[in-house]
Amino acid sequence: MTREPVAVVGIGQTRHAAARKDVSIAGLVREAALRALADAELTWADVDAVVIGKAPDFFEGVMMPELYLADALGAVGKPLMRVHTAGSVGGSTALVAARLVAARVRETVLTVAFEKQSESNAMWGLSLPVPFQQPLLAGAGGFFAPHVRAYIRRTGAPATVGTLVAYKDRRNALRNPFAHLHEHDITLERVQESPMLWDPVRYSETCPSSDGACAMVLTGRRGAARAPHPPAWVHGGAMRSEPTLFAGKDFVSPRAGRDCAADVYRQAGITDPRREIDVAELYVPFSWYEPMWLENLGFATEGEGWKLTASGATELDGDLPVNPSGGVLSTNPIGASGMLRFAEAALQVRGRAGEHQVDGARRALGHAYGGGAQFFSMWLVGSEAPDG
Amino acid sequence: MRCPRDVAIVGFAQTVHRRTSENVSETEMLLPVLREVLDRTGLAPGEAGFTCSGSSDYLAGRPFSFTLALDGVGAWPPIAESHVEMDGAWALYEAWVELLTGATDTALVYACGKSSAGDLDAVLTRQLDPYCTAPLWPGPADLAALQAQALIDAGATDETELAAVAARNRAAARDNPYAQLRGRVPMGPRRAGPLRTGDCPPVSDGAAAVVLAAGDTARRMCERPAWIRGLDHRIDPQGLGLRDLTEASSARLAAEHAGAFDAPVDTAEIHAPFTAQEVILRRALRLGPEVTVNPSGGALAANPVMVAGLVRFGEAAARIHRGESRRALAHATSGPCLQQNLVGVLEGEGP
Repeated sequence: MTREPVAVVGIGQTRHAAARKDVSIAGLVREAALRALADAELTWADVDAVVIGKAPDFFEGVMMPELYLADALGAVGKPLMRVHTAGSVGGSTALVAARLVAARVRETVLTVAFEKQSESNAMWGLSLPVPFQQPLLAGAGGFFAPHVRAYIRRTGAPATVGTLVAYKDRRNALRNPFAHLHEHDITLERVQESPMLWDPVRYSETCPSSDGACAMVLTGRRGAARAPHPPAWVHGGAMRSEPTLFAGKDFVSPRAGRDCAADVYRQAGITDPRREIDVAELYVPFSWYEPMWLENLGFATEGEGWKLTASGATELDGDLPVNPSGGVLSTNPIGASGMLRFAEAALQVRGRAGEHQVDGARRALGHAYGGGAQFFSMWLVGSEAPDG
Repeated sequence: MRCPRDVAIVGFAQTVHRRTSENVSETEMLLPVLREVLDRTGLAPGEAGFTCSGSSDYLAGRPFSFTLALDGVGAWPPIAESHVEMDGAWALYEAWVELLTGATDTALVYACGKSSAGDLDAVLTRQLDPYCTAPLWPGPADLAALQAQALIDAGATDETELAAVAARNRAAARDNPYAQLRGRVPMGPRRAGPLRTGDCPPVSDGAAAVVLAAGDTARRMCERPAWIRGLDHRIDPQGLGLRDLTEASSARLAAEHAGAFDAPVDTAEIHAPFTAQEVILRRALRLGPEVTVNPSGGALAANPVMVAGLVRFGEAAARIHRGESRRALAHATSGPCLQQNLVGVLEGEGP
């Protein structure tokens, strides 16, 4: 039994901002969906199914909002699914949509991910109430900072590496018109002087809270042949999960992340990711996660990720650009952040990333993670159709 | 559609559904169910090639509630896993698609729901259009009452028939040790519009799990697998003024695409939390008097939210496993007034 090859033929995203007061939730998701359809030169009628994802419903205060969004998403009379796998959800949602095409259950699928965080307070939405969690672990930063400290202690990385990542990603965002943060006056000194939030994570090393959505149109070989622009082809995709807390869990380099990457590389025939992957969009909500994921994903050996970052290799003009879009550090509508990574990877291999295009990008990795560093989803996309 | 690969439900387990489960967590509720379904199919924890679950943070009252349930699954070493913020029946759909891609041969699907954790009627109002409808706080019974009244006004049913639906389901539930309301249940006082308390589902806590397997793996695991011959889901607009409430057009569409009308079914497990919805679904799904409908007692006998749809698939499959059905329809619904519907056709081999 052969699977249908999956192509990304349309990509759209909203202008991301701290508060998109100019649109309703429906208006926000339509903005991304309509751009994806326009990119593919398709209409709502061409869509066979819709797969939507977002993080906790408490962020907007709407339970299962896809029910109310059915007609805004052109899904009436069609299948509509809703995925929720915590922060990795944007990636998982794209993978669920891709499988519908791969299994030949649907021909053309619209996949959308969003978060309208201004409807509530995301930090408290992420803080479990007593008695589920100690009241001092406010927000995701409080949860992840100890793991960053463990990474620094384990590797002996200089304390400034995180600020290099933030400085790079925020400058990359200046080239991305959709990014939430456009800090035109940013300097490395400013990043390094910004207030300490969750030691060792400074204010400027932390993701913002954004309103935004992302959408993609996925289709098979036939749809790709009709597409007006070059598609991105899915060469591999996988999800992996492990429990939140257990004796022996490695929070610095979770095994679920390593296993997920290994599965994707196996599917895509990648044996040396550092050489064979041209650009990576990694889910880096706190600066230090760049070197941590570089190791977890096999771009650097254990303990060497920070050296790759410090060498400048992950800069836009380096030999392994990471987050040319500006990444999660510049734009973070949580439920959409994973899909933005997947979409930016696809934009790169389609040659449609505009000012933040990496020259000659042929293979790109999109990565997302969520929960207590326990849910992972990734895909590898290429400019050429996969073999077979 | 033609399925590219034969996939079957090979195991099913559920909790005894109860009005309250305040002394157990979702994980504790799930654990025995997962153990039972894995034992029954001979799978070790973590062995299934794919795992998918359905649940809702709004029921649990906290974000990422599904992450703790993962502790009951045995996700170490890490597993290929996903979650839908939907009834577990849609998790079954996602797992079915995963098996169709050929990526793996087995999948574990589960759902849990503690409807008792909050004021369920108030919680479910948060599913509605947040700008126009949710501020009015209409509960599920209020909305179902509008639907029932529309059906009565159209001359398609009356209160006597609705009472008979309620009585038949709860009488059937006598033989279902997992059901919550069993035997004679008074129709009680009016709750909303034409609906009496007897027309409404109980508030239930519960969990359920199924195992899916493909081809020969399914035959090894189960003497008489319940083969999924078709599976499709569709959605209607939510706005009550945007659709004919007396019809479940998305249910009919899903049934058509699932191939439900290609040959008669002998059994149907339909997810109709309110009596009038069974009348609507019988018409939409073309279930005549010759079809055994809801031998389990259906959602009127036990309605753990986010689980009750998956239970319908499990109950239909179990009847095929036991040789009591040859071709069965299973149905799940979501949203107010049967807004979203999933229909599956299950078949056993041989007579």
